[in-house]
Amino acid sequence: MKRVLASLIGASVMAMAMAPVVQADDHKMGGTLTMAIQQTPRHLNPAVQSGTATGAPGAQLFAAPLRYDENWDPQPYLAESWELSEDSLSMTLNLVKNATFHDGAPITSEDVKFSVETIQANHPFKTMFAPVESVETPDAHTAILKLSQPHPALMLAMSSQLMPIIPKHVYGDGQDPKAHPQNSENVVGSGPFKLVEFVRDQHVILERNDDFFMEGRPFLDKIVMRIIKDASARTIGLENGELHMVAFENNVRNINRLKKVDTLDVSPDGYAAIGPIDWLAFNTKKGKTADKAVRQAIAYAVDKDFILKAIMLGAAEQANAPIHPGSPLSDNAVNAYDVDLDKANKMLDDAGYAKGDDDMRFELTIDYGWPALKPQAEYLKAALKKIGIAVTVRASADFPTWAKRISTYDFDMTWDTVFNWGDPVIGVHRTYQSSNIKEGVIWSNTQQYENARVDELLEMAGKENDPAKRKELYAEFQAIVAEELPVYWTNTLPYHTISNTSVGNPPRGIWATSSPLDRVYLK
Amino acid sequence: MNYLLPVIQRIFYAVMLLVAVLILNFSMLHLAPGDIADTIAQASGGASPEMMAQIRQDYGLDQPFLVQLGQYIGKVLTFDLGYSFFYNQPVTTLIFEKLPATLLLVITAQLLALLLGVFLGVFSARNPKGIVSYLVTFIALFGYAAPVFWTGILLLIAFSLKIQLFPVAGMIDVTVEGGWFVRALDIARHMVLPVLTLSSIFLALYSRLCRASMMEVLGSDYIRTAKAKGLSERQITYKHALKNSLSPVVTLAGLQFSAVVSGAVLVETVFSWPGLGTLALQSIIARDTPTILGILFFSALVVIVGNLITDLVLRLIDPRVGKSS
Repeated sequence: MKRVLASLIGASVMAMAMAPVVQADDHKMGGTLTMAIQQTPRHLNPAVQSGTATGAPGAQLFAAPLRYDENWDPQPYLAESWELSEDSLSMTLNLVKNATFHDGAPITSEDVKFSVETIQANHPFKTMFAPVESVETPDAHTAILKLSQPHPALMLAMSSQLMPIIPKHVYGDGQDPKAHPQNSENVVGSGPFKLVEFVRDQHVILERNDDFFMEGRPFLDKIVMRIIKDASARTIGLENGELHMVAFENNVRNINRLKKVDTLDVSPDGYAAIGPIDWLAFNTKKGKTADKAVRQAIAYAVDKDFILKAIMLGAAEQANAPIHPGSPLSDNAVNAYDVDLDKANKMLDDAGYAKGDDDMRFELTIDYGWPALKPQAEYLKAALKKIGIAVTVRASADFPTWAKRISTYDFDMTWDTVFNWGDPVIGVHRTYQSSNIKEGVIWSNTQQYENARVDELLEMAGKENDPAKRKELYAEFQAIVAEELPVYWTNTLPYHTISNTSVGNPPRGIWATSSPLDRVYLK
Repeated sequence: MNYLLPVIQRIFYAVMLLVAVLILNFSMLHLAPGDIADTIAQASGGASPEMMAQIRQDYGLDQPFLVQLGQYIGKVLTFDLGYSFFYNQPVTTLIFEKLPATLLLVITAQLLALLLGVFLGVFSARNPKGIVSYLVTFIALFGYAAPVFWTGILLLIAFSLKIQLFPVAGMIDVTVEGGWFVRALDIARHMVLPVLTLSSIFLALYSRLCRASMMEVLGSDYIRTAKAKGLSERQITYKHALKNSLSPVVTLAGLQFSAVVSGAVLVETVFSWPGLGTLALQSIIARDTPTILGILFFSALVVIVGNLITDLVLRLIDPRVGKSS
């Protein structure tokens, strides 16, 4: 929290004083950056495929209207300026004039309109452009997004991860954009790098777009993204210099080991917008966990410090609230439920769950979505035994097995990791809004949590353009859910970017490698 | 004719077996809760009910089980393994894209294990009490007992990190430019560690088996006769004894072919070797049913054909096989 505050204050000062200095950084041109990515992307078109696997190459291939710095401040990108009307119902984007796609065709407002419509029709995040009723194109370089209501989330939604500008003359040929052959080969992009080759399970090779609209960018000649699923191989590759960079590393043992290597920079910065939070979710409609007192008692029995130190080995940050602590809208000062076994026992006694002869009160099950969360599940079993709750750990064979259980409400508790995806409207509301209780859909409101005031607050915050008022609304929301605990947040996911010291300007912005790597260079 | 009849019979059984494998695999995968819509939601970081319904409709997952099964078998009979949900590519294309890499790895590892195993087996059979013989046994058993991914990681730490001889992952270095020779050399460099890892499992099997079989043969009457005739030690070992002791080794090599495909899954994962194993793992994780089924079908095919070939080769090496039946 301190770090965030400091950087926020520092940011506003720096933004004024240092802006020219940042521009004049001492970079070199040329070179090939070799980095590893953990997963094979389904394809490379982020307009119709969400997720960071597609995001990393996608943000190099496609430009977006805006980009973000480390302080959540929007910067001009494809839009050299932007303007929100006084009624907050139309966003005008003034596109740069010299921008072209990789095939030489100019990037026009028609492409912006087409991109928004394609994303609206095919992207899983329905809320991010839901209020966009139409896109007007008064001239080739002006696009006006018409909104049905004020929609502050639009600003973050206009980043590379969520709003790539794709060419209408390629993807608008009538084929299903989700299965378009040019999503994987001959990609015609708008970004700083062009596709050379994408070989599944092997690599994505990108080369410099010499006609990129930003003068002098990108700095690198080539980026080779090698797909390496094995964490040990990535670690050794970084150590022996075969890899320049790995982002989204979350194996804490490897992270801590690499921190000791002189030739490497290891940084947790850059993941605030992606905003991954580990949490313990409760079934609020069925069984003992439907009782708020039980949920709170469990929270008091779980030692976040233990999780942070023994499981995360000090590589993660504490999370107390639904919004990632790196976000300016987060209120991490809500009740953190510091461990207090006496209080937990008393709460359960008072709620009428007396201990039986075996010193136990009742039984619960705990699920976990993937192997990385198993230690937390095992720990929960031990922690809740102390307050007389017998916990059975239920493993799942794979993700779909777990997703089916949770989304059909066949669970008491589950550990989970959920991403914020920039604005709370995109990644936070979905977990708490009663309108998003949707059976069969994982990462909807699977807790089946209902609170009329929360619904109202989220509705208001979603269309509040005044940052201070918006923060207040979210603060009240966070206080309520922290009290009622449909989920109990414990920590951020320990994502780290590890780069060789020879890499200049490693991505530290809020979108990590799902942002343009046009300023990265090799010393 | 006498020679062909059992072969035709075996081919008939093989086809029946394949159909059974197909039905069993399809049914088992269908029983598992959840489907590709969930994994696409996972890869996307979320989903809407409409989107999930759309995916299920697109892939025919909303049809009744028997309809799906019937459609699938019908397609396989026309050599169509279907479309991968995850990659939006024909499964046959995916498999044949990955097959060369796996074959290269598996065949090299098998040959290495076989040659080295036979050599070590013969060597230790000739001096069964020697210190070298015990050392061979120890190393071979160690390789067999150690989990293959662990061996792989150890080799990586030793020869990629401490002594930086070999690359950590992949099959080619895309930054290497040059003619076919340079590229072949590059692939060979990438192959060393995965091949060593994979062959470490089989080395023990072959060397132990060859040793036992050799010792048995060396004790038999005709070897004594050969010695009495005054043949040299070398001639006896390689011409008379080895030829006769090879047949169990060849049988095992054939049977192990299936294990090589399964072992390759782990080795390929550790070394990011872009073969069938990596594809298998990815498709299992993604619950990409057509791809999983395609790979399983293909593996069954490989095993059955491997056994057939073993049988035929044995008939060539050892004329006694087949005559008695």
